[in-house]
Amino acid sequence: MTLSAIVRRFMFGASRALAPAALAFAPHFAGAAEPAPVPVGLVAALSGQSAASGEAITRGLSVAIAEINQAGGVLGRPLMLVRRDDESNPGKGIAAARELISREHVAAFFGGIDTPVSIALVPIANKEKTPFLGVWAAGTGITHNGANPNYVFRVSAVDTLVDQRLLRYAVTIAKAQHPGLMLIDNPWGESNHAGLEAAAKSAGVSLAGAESFESGDTDMIAQLTRLKAAGADAIILVGNAAPAADVIHSLDRMGWNVPVISHWGISGGRFPELAGPSAEKVAFVQTYSFFKSSPKGEAVLAELEKTYPAIKGPQDIIAPVGTANAYDAMHLLALAIAKAGSTEGPAIQAALEALPSYDGLIKRYAPAFTAANHDALGADDYIMVHFAADKIVPVE
Amino acid sequence: MTPMLAASLVSGLAVGAMYGLLALGYHVTWVVSRSVNFAQGSVMMLGAVIAFSLAVSGGWPMPFAIAAALIGCAGFGVVLERVAVRPFRARGSESWLMATVAAGMLVENAAMFLFGKEPRGMPSALARHPVMLFGVGVLPLHIVILLAGLGLAGLFLLATRATPYGKALLAVVQNPRAAQLMGIDAAKVTVFAYALSSALAGLAGVLIAPLTNVAADMGFVFGIKGFAAAILGGLDNPWGAVLAGLLLGLAEASVTAFAGSGATVMASFGLVILALYLRPHGLFGRAEARKV
Repeated sequence: MTLSAIVRRFMFGASRALAPAALAFAPHFAGAAEPAPVPVGLVAALSGQSAASGEAITRGLSVAIAEINQAGGVLGRPLMLVRRDDESNPGKGIAAARELISREHVAAFFGGIDTPVSIALVPIANKEKTPFLGVWAAGTGITHNGANPNYVFRVSAVDTLVDQRLLRYAVTIAKAQHPGLMLIDNPWGESNHAGLEAAAKSAGVSLAGAESFESGDTDMIAQLTRLKAAGADAIILVGNAAPAADVIHSLDRMGWNVPVISHWGISGGRFPELAGPSAEKVAFVQTYSFFKSSPKGEAVLAELEKTYPAIKGPQDIIAPVGTANAYDAMHLLALAIAKAGSTEGPAIQAALEALPSYDGLIKRYAPAFTAANHDALGADDYIMVHFAADKIVPVE
Repeated sequence: MTPMLAASLVSGLAVGAMYGLLALGYHVTWVVSRSVNFAQGSVMMLGAVIAFSLAVSGGWPMPFAIAAALIGCAGFGVVLERVAVRPFRARGSESWLMATVAAGMLVENAAMFLFGKEPRGMPSALARHPVMLFGVGVLPLHIVILLAGLGLAGLFLLATRATPYGKALLAVVQNPRAAQLMGIDAAKVTVFAYALSSALAGLAGVLIAPLTNVAADMGFVFGIKGFAAAILGGLDNPWGAVLAGLLLGLAEASVTAFAGSGATVMASFGLVILALYLRPHGLFGRAEARKV
């Protein structure tokens, strides 16, 4: 049992014990009673190699919740974030989501960076009729899950569209003719394998080959050598920070100076520290850059700087994509709860599918979702970036 | 030999040398006390975490950080022997086995709490620029690791054969009572063995960290594989332990190169079981003759 759970249990027991006394005094203090908060959940990697992603999502949600609560909350009640660590483990994610729904009675919950965890949470959201908003994991099957009604929404990239973007960058900017694929051996890697092959086919590009690696692998020379022998002139990389850093170490050891274009998993950990100086040559995809100037962007940045003193500018925002996606997703959820006039799952789900236009941080959502499309972001919303030291800056 | 296989074998030798160092640690306590420290993997992590914290977070010069890490690990070994091994051995119980496992988990969880669960990158001047040898990128650290593994096994063998203290180490296990009558303090020798074994594990952690990363959970799998190497090589044979570690590392690297890393664990542990089936006392071990 976590410390917060122990505290909650104690508070619950204390509140039951004091209930009669509270009732006796209630008439005198009726005007001062605080409305009960609306709990919203987060199931994400708060520890392990992708801990930075969980922290970035938390920051985006927290800033949005503070804004919403300052403006009076939703349905006259403040929002409250309840976080659970899935440790990038689908089993732990399932347990956490069930606990959030059955014990914390969350109105909806957000997901983290790991597609395998999010895929595991989809059936729970649909069965329990609790809206689940993905803010990072890009696996196509998360929102395209075949359920009707579908309680899963996403304010993030979609693998099939990201794959088209990565391939386009490899061909047009990196001038590659035969990109090779290095993919993490899990459902996220598989999702991108299918997406990249489809993207290559429709673009008339022949791939040099596809190789996979495990999350704990530290030496990828064998896979990279095979790609090199097959004529690869660029590497498209799909993996999280730690194993992706080892791909870069292996390239360094081989002395193979090849363009590397990566999905955004590398921005969820300490990639520059783990990969060393060669981290800077990796171009990768994001949905938002805090270097992009807009009134809303500057306001959110100012709020982040105020709340988190370590942030002195856009370059200090760790894993910006998690923060930006989570910020917009939280506001969209608050709009839906207000529109639904209820915290019941089915009402919120219906409201999310019928939201009015909304000016978000990333873009103007017009609207964010429809009954047929549960992905708020499209291919035109992606930008390419790279690390400069440990900061994320645009390459285009 | 193709460059791919050669490069994989270099990595395999480096990782294998780490298995060998851990296996040597298992061997040291086994020959002295007929007990092993199942917290070896966690001590390995402890070495890497202490060195990282002092060098990167604390700004210490790396040699001092490494020295402090090794002293810290040796100190942990002393405490472990006193708390988790000696009380059980004194009562003739085998519960030291579970106690050392528990101690390892305790250390791992304490490290998660204090160090954090996020992997960190250990900087090393020896892991920055590879040297191209016959088309294969070899890091200076690979060579240092290999030399450390083989050199320490050689030193240990020499010390136990040629120095009075080394002979005292082995005398204790052959006949503790007789050793004591000869003026050898069996308890002290056992403490020393645990300190040495833990320092070896700490050294493995410090050496391997720049090739992988530093994380609170980095030692578990290494600890198991180190033990597999110790069993494979024969727990009574220091050379056997180190050579079996190298063999295990090479086997893993070869499987990864040809069949992909998904098959590595299955194939390497399958080979360990097969080898033990064919040679129950390990590849380099001998059946112990018992007089009844």
